[in-house]
Amino acid sequence: MPGPRSADGAGDTDTILSLEIPPRAEFVAVARLLVSTAAKSRRSLAEDRVADLTLALSEACTNAIEAHDAKDEADRVLVRVDEDDERLVVTVEDRGLGFDPFELPPHPAVTDPDRLNFERGLGIPIIRTLVDEVTFSSDGGGTTVTMVVRCPPSLGGLPAEDLLDLETFDLEAAWDDEATR
Amino acid sequence: MDLGIDVDDSRTSTPHVVVAVRGEVDIATAPKLREKLVELASQGAQQVVVDLDQVDFLDSTGLGVLIGGMKRLRGLDGDLTLVCTSPRILKVFEITGLNRAFTIFDSVDAAVAG
Repeated sequence: MPGPRSADGAGDTDTILSLEIPPRAEFVAVARLLVSTAAKSRRSLAEDRVADLTLALSEACTNAIEAHDAKDEADRVLVRVDEDDERLVVTVEDRGLGFDPFELPPHPAVTDPDRLNFERGLGIPIIRTLVDEVTFSSDGGGTTVTMVVRCPPSLGGLPAEDLLDLETFDLEAAWDDEATR
Repeated sequence: MDLGIDVDDSRTSTPHVVVAVRGEVDIATAPKLREKLVELASQGAQQVVVDLDQVDFLDSTGLGVLIGGMKRLRGLDGDLTLVCTSPRILKVFEITGLNRAFTIFDSVDAAVAG
């Protein structure tokens, strides 16, 4: 499948995973499983960097689902993984209420007792810390979070044709699997 | 993909209640942990130890629940402390600075000894 133009307009990207999940909490675990599997199989990434990406993805999906809750609509959240020679690019796109990441109140210093008033809103700082680049674009029609991890392709990874299954992954079956674990 | 929560309030020598959590704490499962912590606080528990050593994944939703539990218990002159040795889970506390807000022990024995 031809991928989208890369964020900086340079180089060809290929889409290695594309899935739409219902904006429901229980599907975030499925997205984590699929994206981490795609990252591990396609790229040369240390285990802790896969864990970082998985956490960043979870935060982005959580925000997407909460945005849909606020809007109370049944659209899907799109999760896509693209790659080029140097980067893995994970995009989470929702159709919920947009927000301005620059308008978020700054977190007080960790030594400030007020810090504990921030039970929420930790997700975006976590994403910023864990991936090499992140961009947020948001308008009234939804929010797109694009997260970039710089990493070489996996030398011993599965050939692209073996990964085609991922693109038509049976979400319901994966969900049943997860549910019965 | 359920979250396992075991509560051990059998200690008689210390006032600590130990809540052992297993599995993944995220937007889907964190409400279950929140309910348990609220229930314990409303039953009069003051010193709650949350053992995260069997937790495979924890994100900001889980952090929010733990912060909420800690605030609730501190408001009752108690505390919520943690047991965690997994580098991956500890990292979530470190990058958010919350390792300085929580008291984190490396074993349940150390936590109940205070």
